[in-house]
Amino acid sequence: MNKTLLSLALVAATSVMGTSVVSADDFPERPISAMVSYGAGGATDFQARIVTMMAGNEDYLGQPMVIINKPGAGGRVGWNWFASEADNDGYTMGAYNIPHFIAQSIEGGVKYSAESFEPIANWGADPAVVVVGADSPYNSIEELIDFAKENPGKVTVSGAGLYVGHHIAALQIQKATGTKLAYIPTKGGGAAAMKAVIAGDVVSGINNLSDAYRAREAGNIKILAVADVARSEEFLPDVPTMMEAGYEVDNASVNFRGLMVPAGTPAEVIDMLAERVQAMFGNARVAKQMAAGGSPMKIMSRAEVQEMWAARQETLTDLLAGLK
Amino acid sequence: MEFLQYFGGVFEPTSFLLLLGGTMGGLILGATPGLSPTMAVALLIPFTFQLEATQGLILLGAAYTSTVAGGAVSAILLKIPGAPANIATALDGHEMARQGRGTEALHVSFLASGVGGIIGVLLLIFLTPVLARWALAFGPSHLFWMAILGVTIIGSLDSRSFVKGLLSGCLGLWLSMIGYDDIQGAQRFIFHDSLTGGVNIITALIGIFAIPQVIEMLAKGRVKHKIVAVSVAKQSLLSSLKLLSKNVKALSIGTVTGSVIGLIPGVGGQIAGLLAYDQTRKFSKDRDTFGKGNPAGVIAAESANNAMVGPSLVPLLTLSIPGSPTAAVLLGGLLIHGIFPGSDLFDNYPEVAWTFINSMLIGQVLMVIFGIWVASYAARVSQIPPPIMAAAVLVLALFGSYSVQQSMGDVYIMLALGLSMFLLEKVGFSAAPLVLGLILGPIAEANFIQGSMIANAMDGPAQYFLMGPLNIVLIALVLSSIAWSFFSSRREAEKNALLSDTVAKGGGAINDPFHDDTGAQS
Repeated sequence: MNKTLLSLALVAATSVMGTSVVSADDFPERPISAMVSYGAGGATDFQARIVTMMAGNEDYLGQPMVIINKPGAGGRVGWNWFASEADNDGYTMGAYNIPHFIAQSIEGGVKYSAESFEPIANWGADPAVVVVGADSPYNSIEELIDFAKENPGKVTVSGAGLYVGHHIAALQIQKATGTKLAYIPTKGGGAAAMKAVIAGDVVSGINNLSDAYRAREAGNIKILAVADVARSEEFLPDVPTMMEAGYEVDNASVNFRGLMVPAGTPAEVIDMLAERVQAMFGNARVAKQMAAGGSPMKIMSRAEVQEMWAARQETLTDLLAGLK
Repeated sequence: MEFLQYFGGVFEPTSFLLLLGGTMGGLILGATPGLSPTMAVALLIPFTFQLEATQGLILLGAAYTSTVAGGAVSAILLKIPGAPANIATALDGHEMARQGRGTEALHVSFLASGVGGIIGVLLLIFLTPVLARWALAFGPSHLFWMAILGVTIIGSLDSRSFVKGLLSGCLGLWLSMIGYDDIQGAQRFIFHDSLTGGVNIITALIGIFAIPQVIEMLAKGRVKHKIVAVSVAKQSLLSSLKLLSKNVKALSIGTVTGSVIGLIPGVGGQIAGLLAYDQTRKFSKDRDTFGKGNPAGVIAAESANNAMVGPSLVPLLTLSIPGSPTAAVLLGGLLIHGIFPGSDLFDNYPEVAWTFINSMLIGQVLMVIFGIWVASYAARVSQIPPPIMAAAVLVLALFGSYSVQQSMGDVYIMLALGLSMFLLEKVGFSAAPLVLGLILGPIAEANFIQGSMIANAMDGPAQYFLMGPLNIVLIALVLSSIAWSFFSSRREAEKNALLSDTVAKGGGAINDPFHDDTGAQS
């Protein structure tokens, strides 16, 4: 009896040690999961499924990646879970959305901050754009802003929610132009915000470049400006940036998407993932599927993402300070 | 008639196999508690990476139509509605199954789904441009009034007492407030970590409907003489068809309600079944038999929720706006093949668009055939002895609530809601009004706040919420619904007073309201 107990204890001890000491040579020896803090079928989920589809290839991770959705409260449910409960052994990765999670952590009431996560690599960047309905009287961003200046608080602007890229862009526009906009957050995400613009429920809207591009192709809206530092040469070469129009609005509202691991993951594993995952995002088949879906890609290394997170933390702290 | 020339595409060997597979798989997924149509379609999307655009869409379209109908199977046999659309189906359908009429319930459910579904898809084919404008006509103020119209039926829905119905509705409205409010950024009633994301509707459905009956079954114990084996009545397809033709009124109310409401982005699918059920009962001569196994209830609910499938895709296909979560997932499926829906979809990709729509039409027919085929086998579920059944339902409930978003928190919420509902049912409250409150709360609230924000930037709330033809029509409907409930409950009270007088004179006991159907089953 005692012998059995002893051997059981030994087995348990070795298995515990076995999981805690992950050697980068064997990693990964089983499938890796990727947590997405939005529902199945949303833009983040949809893109995450495409960029991880080649993970099983020997050149990348040699193991498939499985998407796990933990939606709720604008992403807070998933990121709370990721910061407090996810294993930090490299087998549990998560998708991040910037500026969402940083803005939420500044606002408070969540269990995470930028320090809770370690970025691996960035796959996409979807800038916010200012849109109006196809039959709107405004044909340029200047006309819309001038009207807003004359009628403070009268210009309704729909967006996907609070503390998301669209909200940040609206705050930046207000700050840069000295106008007062009526920002209307919607419950159904970007699609509901776009519907409000097309149906004429609101004067204008802020939406994702990818969705706005499709809506314009369908003849439903006009796109007045891009809230980024450069024009989108691939999708909207004719639409000026806010900067070109003379408003000090930078790329703080651009929705960056990528993969991360919880803080405390072994350094060798992070380095290995950072290299292989970035290469995986660069795969030709991934690029083809992403382009087909109208999803703009922007591949960034771990170092570049770390720099971008730090820059966002600073800008957003400033911007949101006036809001509380 | 352009769609006719693309019918060939559906019958190509690979496409037809996918259609068959999608329909059968969809029925099984739909019948699994916790797997909503949205999730089923999302799970299938990675498979379409390997397929051509048309084939991928055939698979998704077939899965969508059949999961909606498949939800009726668990609603009828287990009293676990697979999705909000199937709540009303469970009310009468499960009663029928308990009486051994499960085959009949499943037959009419699939037949009604088929009729509603085909009419819905035909609307999508012929009236898309007209319907697109209708879908856009509903702004926040109109959606607010739509939700209030739903609230007016709470009191009368499946409840013996009007006041208790309203009270359960209020409980549901309160539950819907829990969680993080996306519009104002407030955290409400989050007294446990599991509640950060609010109460998920699927989780709530499983807990509220499944757990009380599990406890009920276990409470009966394993005492032999108390277990009555239900004999499952045989039902021929012909007599089911006759039954359907006798209930043309329920069928038409369901189909019309489903296709009109299905169009409205964000509202449709969730309440179409319940609204149709309520309308059918109000216009029925034998109102009292609803909730006790009246096939008209099943027919109305199922024709409505399948009629909604076609029209709900109108905003997606013409305006690229997904009107429901499932439509959003389908949009992903389209985009992955480089197809942008929009007004020129039918000009640029006629083959893809029409084959997709045609496959939904054929899918409806296949779904009816499969559904009828399995109905008589599936109905035997009612013969399983209660202790075994209770264990099986409990396992399904745990599995289902966990799988909604892979969260143990949801399992706790499901169990807590289930236990509370068991106690509430003991004192005469019922589940359907509570669930309706849970569904309508966020719609009413979000649209009221958004509407007020927009109104403040315009001419003020009074102008925004009360003026305009559509607002006025909806307000009139709300008022007449309230008036109808008021008068009918007074008429009922008079009738009851008369009845109890005669009963008292005859020396008979007045029925104890708490000693209702639970006593009758044991």
